[in-house]
Amino acid sequence: MSRPELVAPPEIYYGDTEAKKYTQNTRNQQIQADMTYRALELLSLPPGSPAFLLDIGCGSGLSGEILDEEGYTWVGVDIAPSMLEVALEREVEGDLFLQDIGQGLGFRPGSFDGAISISVLQWLLNAETSHPTSSPPHRLQRFFTTLHSALRNPSRAVFQFYPSSDDQIQLITSIAQKAGFGGGIVVDYPNSKKAKKVFLCLFVGGGGQQEVPKGLEGEEDDGRAMFERRRERERSRGKNGKRKSLKDKDWILKKKELYRKRGKEDIPRDSKYTGRKRKPVF
Amino acid sequence: MVRLVTHNLLACHAKDCNTNNFPLVFQNVQLEIREAEFNSDFIRNFLPKIEWNALVKTAYELGDTSLPQDQPEMVDDEFLKNLHHVLFEIHIIEGGMVCPNCKHNYPISDGIPNMLLAEHEIA
Repeated sequence: MSRPELVAPPEIYYGDTEAKKYTQNTRNQQIQADMTYRALELLSLPPGSPAFLLDIGCGSGLSGEILDEEGYTWVGVDIAPSMLEVALEREVEGDLFLQDIGQGLGFRPGSFDGAISISVLQWLLNAETSHPTSSPPHRLQRFFTTLHSALRNPSRAVFQFYPSSDDQIQLITSIAQKAGFGGGIVVDYPNSKKAKKVFLCLFVGGGGQQEVPKGLEGEEDDGRAMFERRRERERSRGKNGKRKSLKDKDWILKKKELYRKRGKEDIPRDSKYTGRKRKPVF
Repeated sequence: MVRLVTHNLLACHAKDCNTNNFPLVFQNVQLEIREAEFNSDFIRNFLPKIEWNALVKTAYELGDTSLPQDQPEMVDDEFLKNLHHVLFEIHIIEGGMVCPNCKHNYPISDGIPNMLLAEHEIA
């Protein structure tokens, strides 16, 4: 798995070209959309009441678009100006802020009914300078404390992120707990290499009544595994190890019909000899 | 897109700036009015979160005087419509926001406020 957070800080990695690429990639859009829906599910907002949400690391607004569709009012913060520019072009509804979440959020207490964050937290785990305020624990602590106060009581914050080790999960959860959050980690599809997704579900208040939701189990239903097509092709080989010809009689007839429809001239007639197996030459 | 709905939630987050850091004062602003969909449920829900004095003060500074000085007890449609206009339809496109306490200036360009702090301002 590639780890862009190890390449450069986010505001530099997501420059103009990378921001465009990231947003236009349909597979990426799909993954982001799925994770946003799942995060909203884990947020389990009371139905029917219009909520005011915070999208942390909103980027180009891929997740924000879904919040728009679902009828939420939202505010997005991100550190990459190029991503925010793309978000402006895409005319998302939310208010956008250029902000480094590691420096803390400047919202009044109780501002938001919930927060979501898709593929962001791992970016906080690298130190960019040797200044004490740049160390990951310090930045995480500043972020979680200011977030905790910005959220309403009771409410939830759901983060999808890509930890590269258990130590990272440990560090993040312990700092979040110190900041006053309850909750824990939810892992979807823990046994699938590709579909596995880690969510951090944090609760504000609720008197310890809230239970961490269960992760999804089993295999991911959509999408195909690697080499599936090759396996199918192997299976289509007969007992004698020979592959079934792709260009059999049906295929030839179909092609000829297609050419006739297109008005191509000199298409040979169909006859009993069409697509007949030749005698072996030797 | 800075709208007053978010401006009303925004306080200065620089180091040691904990009192009198709200509301941020707009300076040299360019406004744009864009119509938005009216959602009375959302506004009713949002009402308790609003810091009324700050909202009215800021709206006056931006030249909108449709809101009463004191938050009315009775919420009628006319009031909600005015509030909707102030909260959602006034967009600040260019300019800056200045913290009344530490005088940090958060510049706004293209409707996006730059909330980044310098190294010595980080708490």
